[in-house]
Amino acid sequence: MLPSWLVVGASFAYLMVLFAVAYHGDRRADQGRSVIDNPWTYTLSLGVYCTAWTYFGSVGRAASSGIGFLPVYLGPTLGFALAWLVLLKMIRIARSYRITSIADFIASRYGKSHVLGGLVTVIAVVGTVPYIALQLKAVASGYTLLVGDHDPALHPSGLPGWWSDGTLYVALTLAAFTILFGTRHLDTTERHEGMVAAIAFESVVKLLAFLAVGLYVSYVVYDGVGDLYSRAAQHPEFSGLLGLEGMQRMGYGGWFAHILLAMLSVIFLPRQFQIAVVENVNEAHLRRATWAFPAYLLAINLFVIPIALGGLLHFGRGEVDPDTFVLSLPLEHGDMALALLVFVGGLSAATGMVIVEVIALSTMVCNDLVMPILLRSRRLALGARRDLTGLLLGIRRGAIIVVLLLGYVYFRLAGEAYALVSIGLISFAAVAQFAPAMLGGMYWRGGTREGALVGLLAGFAVWIYTLLLPSFAKSGWLDPSFLEQGVFGAGWLQPEALFGLEGLDNISHALFWSLLANIGGYVFVSLRRAPSGAEASQGMLFVDVHRRGDGLPTSFWRGSAEVRDLMPLVARFLGQRRSEEAFADYARAHGVADALHLRADAELVHFAESLLAGAIGSASARVMVSSVVQEEVLGLGEVMDILDEATQVRAYSRKLEEKSRALEAATAELRAANERLQELDRLKDDFMSSVTHELRTPLTSIRAFSEMLLDDPDIDVADRQRFLGIVVSETERLTRLVNQVLDMAKIESGQAEWHTDDIDMRELLQHAVDSTGQVFRDRGVDVELVLPQAAPVLQGDRDRLLQVVLNLLSNAAKFVPRGAGRVCVALLDGPQEVRVDVSDNGPGIPAGMEEVIFQKFRQGGDERSRPQGTGLGLPISRQIVERHGGRLWLSANSAAGATFSFTLPLPAAGSTVELE
Amino acid sequence: MKKKILIADDEQNIVISLEFLMKREGYEVTIANDGEEAVQRIRETRPDLVLLDVMMPRKSGFDVCQEVRADPSLASVRIMMLTAKGRDTEVSKGLALGADAYMTKPFSTKELVEKVRTLLGG
Amino acid sequence: MRKGLAGQRLVAVFIAGMLLLNFPLLSLFDRPEQPFGIPLLHIYLFAVWFGLVLVIAWIVERGAR
Repeated sequence: MLPSWLVVGASFAYLMVLFAVAYHGDRRADQGRSVIDNPWTYTLSLGVYCTAWTYFGSVGRAASSGIGFLPVYLGPTLGFALAWLVLLKMIRIARSYRITSIADFIASRYGKSHVLGGLVTVIAVVGTVPYIALQLKAVASGYTLLVGDHDPALHPSGLPGWWSDGTLYVALTLAAFTILFGTRHLDTTERHEGMVAAIAFESVVKLLAFLAVGLYVSYVVYDGVGDLYSRAAQHPEFSGLLGLEGMQRMGYGGWFAHILLAMLSVIFLPRQFQIAVVENVNEAHLRRATWAFPAYLLAINLFVIPIALGGLLHFGRGEVDPDTFVLSLPLEHGDMALALLVFVGGLSAATGMVIVEVIALSTMVCNDLVMPILLRSRRLALGARRDLTGLLLGIRRGAIIVVLLLGYVYFRLAGEAYALVSIGLISFAAVAQFAPAMLGGMYWRGGTREGALVGLLAGFAVWIYTLLLPSFAKSGWLDPSFLEQGVFGAGWLQPEALFGLEGLDNISHALFWSLLANIGGYVFVSLRRAPSGAEASQGMLFVDVHRRGDGLPTSFWRGSAEVRDLMPLVARFLGQRRSEEAFADYARAHGVADALHLRADAELVHFAESLLAGAIGSASARVMVSSVVQEEVLGLGEVMDILDEATQVRAYSRKLEEKSRALEAATAELRAANERLQELDRLKDDFMSSVTHELRTPLTSIRAFSEMLLDDPDIDVADRQRFLGIVVSETERLTRLVNQVLDMAKIESGQAEWHTDDIDMRELLQHAVDSTGQVFRDRGVDVELVLPQAAPVLQGDRDRLLQVVLNLLSNAAKFVPRGAGRVCVALLDGPQEVRVDVSDNGPGIPAGMEEVIFQKFRQGGDERSRPQGTGLGLPISRQIVERHGGRLWLSANSAAGATFSFTLPLPAAGSTVELE
Repeated sequence: MKKKILIADDEQNIVISLEFLMKREGYEVTIANDGEEAVQRIRETRPDLVLLDVMMPRKSGFDVCQEVRADPSLASVRIMMLTAKGRDTEVSKGLALGADAYMTKPFSTKELVEKVRTLLGG
Repeated sequence: MRKGLAGQRLVAVFIAGMLLLNFPLLSLFDRPEQPFGIPLLHIYLFAVWFGLVLVIAWIVERGAR
């Protein structure tokens, strides 16, 4: 046993740490360095699913039904496989329309209905306040066990009164915490970063504490998990826990029903919706949580069965409440420190649940229950222009205290009663009633307000009748005969065997009938009429949220509004500063300097309404906005018109985009074509200019010498002879030039005639060398011809190729030194082509001129000794070779000589080279 | 005293004809085969007239003309440009750069001699 | 992320999980055998659970890259 001051002190210290964590989280959020903007924090905060009911109760249920406790965790695991689809959509919807609670979600979806929001709030409060009481009870009984105080003070039936009950102070501390971190300011997103950080921290504490006690029981008290199982197997009364028969009445049907129930609860419990959807900072975090949250659940359940078996083996059945095994086992073995740690773990599980649940409930109570009533009273609604933020915060804070006190009162009243102990799954069954209206609303456009209303009412009524009232009866608050005979003694109305349906446990039984009534009512009533304009527009906005902005308008609204009406309205509920900031941001995003100059169109009205919806709920926001704007009531037809318009605008803008893209492409093409033409024009100009120059140069000499000879008959014979020689040679040059220009023009314009012959390159080279032999001999140049033994026959124009070789030979002849020149012609035979090298021992091509020599009219060599030539030989040769599919290039070049090479492709087997 | 003429052209046959013509007129003739050589010879011999071909290797006739006109000590040198490119733009470009006269190839020998005489203040 | 494909995989995993963790497949493992001294049913349940976590992690984290 531990002294009570130690336990109280430890609890107090733990709560202080929690305050510190939350404070740190809020401060960091204010500085813009969020601690919860992290997928792991998000995952851990989802661990709020595991409450004190899990922490203590799982072992209890494992002790009575073996693995029967598992569906409560298997369900969320399976449910989270779909989280990336379902939860993501929910998060998007909530973010797009600033939805801050389940009640608001359902109310908003079915045409922003106050009645629906109120009903959902009532169901949530009725369903979860007992659950809050259960958390308080867990803390209270843990404390009792720890201090060994069996004084009836902690039992509601006993004395002293509530003022000396520590549980009350726990409740009040939690209220203070929740008010501090849950209602610091009014935020249109209802995010509470400090609170989430604290919840994530609590999830770590409870997991570590539970693992610690699990390891302790399995490996310190006993010899490992296997040891526990084998000992249990020796006790016939426990061996049933090892198989499925231990599940008692549950059976396979019940097993499935529990999985389904847990799967729905993990999304629709108010605290789960708060953490998973409302507090979500970044939807990408959901990705990690999809598997990490199930992993968390797996870890926290690893030792449930070993602890249950350990407790049963140690205490036997009936001596000690199995719900307390986690505490009583360490206590029994004298490990006080561990017991204290386990208590703190339980405290963290309880407080985490209470805090989040109370925040979620207070938002609903304020926005969907209190505000609609207040706004209806004339004094608050329209007339008064005063700031209502203080009032809003006051309502929130009041709601927090009321909900917590309700929980405390229920705890005091119920005590050990069945109604409290079994509330976990009963609570799950209550929130499962939200599933049809929520999921239906997200995936089916046809759901109507009445459908949702009837479905929820029917499901809730069946839930009350089949679960809540029987639990009261079992607690002795109602005549137990009600259980046997139903109301009015009608046997077929037995609450746990409705219409005589037997063979299911009470939870499965209730779940079946309530969901049947709920879904049946929802679908049947929804199908009685087509959705109204408001329902249809909200239906489309929810169902097609992924298409938002892509053919789906941001809102369905027609009317006229004034910015100067909307801004003060928002300011009343959000405060002047926040309202101005929000509108200024909006204006900036729309490229308008002053918010007052904004156009009050449908988008701005939607924006203002969303801001308000975040603060007072969508239904109230609708009422408030409609009070300051002139608007049309939209029928289904108008809604469809707006949708068509948006779709058309989208299609139109898409078409425009396409057209402008096509236009851009065409412009670019035209520009490129124009540039190409200009380039060609410039080339032609250059060519003409070069040709002119080349023609005029020899003409100049011819004319000058002719005139000199004509004018001056006294020129002596030697000069006369020399001058006439020059005239003749210049005439020859002119002729050659004209021929080559014509040749070039023909080749380039494609008008040259090409003959295809079989060519033996050996023979062709031999012929070329023979025909130029005289020239080389005159200049004293050695010509060497290197030929392979045999060369394949290729296809081509023999005369043209001969022209190429002769051109290369005459170039070489011009440049080699007289008397000591050497020229070598070599034929190389390759697999796909033949190659001809013509090398000389001339001075080589000057640096920088290697490619220039292949351009028209650009001759290489030293000017003073520049040999006769037109500057067209190499360009023409290159054209000829390329026309044959080969290459002509300068393959070696140095001061000791140059080598020109060209290749010609060999015909591939069975094909011939086609000359164009 | 004999007037000095520099013939700057890379076409050997044209140089021969010009040299013959100028010598026959009684001028003292020096020869340059490219632009750089022309500038060098102008500085060395300070001729009274340069017959300057436009299309020359190393340095074009335009560049040579510009360089000579930029040097005040060579202000007395007359320049007659000769070009085989008959475009009007070439003519105006040469005159703008400070050439004293301009002839298009092929030229009439009589006209050439006439112009040379005029330029040298015959 | 190729959301279409990952989404379909997740739905398939959900259906497979539903089948593996319910009657009748579950009943196949309700036998007296005790590998490692632990009832087969318990091993099976936790192994399937763990397997589901791994598969879901593989699907969603793969899409993240």
